[in-house]
Amino acid sequence: MDKRVVNADSAIARIQDGATIMMGGFGLCGIPENLIDALRRKGAKDLTIISNNAGVDDFGIGLLLQNKQVRKMISSYVGENKMFEQLALKKEIDVELNPQGTLAERIRAGGAGIRAFFTPTGYGTAAAEGKETREFDGRQCVLVPWLRAQFAFIKGWKGDRWGNVTYRKTAGNFNEMMATAADYVIAEVEEIVDLGKLDPNCIQTPGVFVDAIFQGANYKKRIERRTVRKR
Amino acid sequence: MSSETETRDVIARRVARELHDGMYVNLGIGLPTRVPNYLDPGTEVIMQSENGMLGVGQYPYEGEEDPDIINAGKETVTELPGTSYVSSAASFGMIRGGHIDVTILGALEVDEKGNLANWAIPGKMLKGMGGAMDLVAGAKRVIVAMEHTTKEGKPKIMTRCRLPLTGVGVVNLIVTELGVIEVMPKGLLVRELSPGVTMDDIQKATEAKLLTTASA
Repeated sequence: MDKRVVNADSAIARIQDGATIMMGGFGLCGIPENLIDALRRKGAKDLTIISNNAGVDDFGIGLLLQNKQVRKMISSYVGENKMFEQLALKKEIDVELNPQGTLAERIRAGGAGIRAFFTPTGYGTAAAEGKETREFDGRQCVLVPWLRAQFAFIKGWKGDRWGNVTYRKTAGNFNEMMATAADYVIAEVEEIVDLGKLDPNCIQTPGVFVDAIFQGANYKKRIERRTVRKR
Repeated sequence: MSSETETRDVIARRVARELHDGMYVNLGIGLPTRVPNYLDPGTEVIMQSENGMLGVGQYPYEGEEDPDIINAGKETVTELPGTSYVSSAASFGMIRGGHIDVTILGALEVDEKGNLANWAIPGKMLKGMGGAMDLVAGAKRVIVAMEHTTKEGKPKIMTRCRLPLTGVGVVNLIVTELGVIEVMPKGLLVRELSPGVTMDDIQKATEAKLLTTASA
């Protein structure tokens, strides 16, 4: 078994206009930089992107917005991106906002075969509008469906040819759930290692979830808010 | 109060007194991030960040920033001995599952039923609720830390929130530069007045009717 592909361009060859794609990352941390660049080069349009945030104007998902490739975003917070704001105001892009924990759990449920679940999050708010509610032990809850996609773009730290993936520190975030919740999952990692080199106790995404894997190049890992203290 | 920074530090210092050794705490963006500066030495409080970090340390020294270690405000932070990392789903499991003792966040409006509005202003670009709705629904105790009124001097503590809600009946305590207010079944009880502040002062800056220990 060998799930390695040569690069991001070949990994995304099957993506068509109108595709729904999950993209890991929180802010600019743990985003699939190589796959986003390849998708911009390919130019596929009318995409629905499921990602916690929308990048910044000139990096991450912002690059796809700039190129007018995105029709809809499913996110929890899109506030760092002026391009997004302009597209939304001109109604050139749709946005579906989810509470962040609900978004994470919908994706987890999608990967775990749970069709829908009741959560107390957002009861009595705009997030519950049009949704079924039910009381459990005196607590009002909202019914939300799972979330799946045709493709998922995952950014890992290390991986192997079986598609096993580990994540580094807070760069794991949404990647781990998204790796389970799409029909075709592509993982880019900083380093492909030989089979057996990853500690089996530390593999966060076992290979069964991954369809294609490659070693990414030229990671910029841009920092969104550089905060430091004095020595 | 002579400046906005001083006001915010007064609030942060008072909120710090609500945190005790062994607590797991999630801090919102802005004013709440000042709270750890005022913890007593020896008080070990574990900070959780909803992007998947338990045991958030200080900002890094210049030159030691790691792009893979950020908090929910997307700021570079550091890890501590004992820090752990989890996925976003597991992180919100901690929050929704009632494992986080306290969440401290800012507000646009709070009302006498403990309703909170802090994520959207009609007519302005919708940025999204992020993790706020999950935090107020899931944390054992919700503390609002904010300036008592808007920059224009308008009340933020209302009879009924007018802005879109973040949560219904979720707020437990409100800490402002004027005092400390607890959300009780009967309404808003003034627990403390800041030095030099009278009951009359705080009521004038508040839309909701405030209760005193005697009236509650």
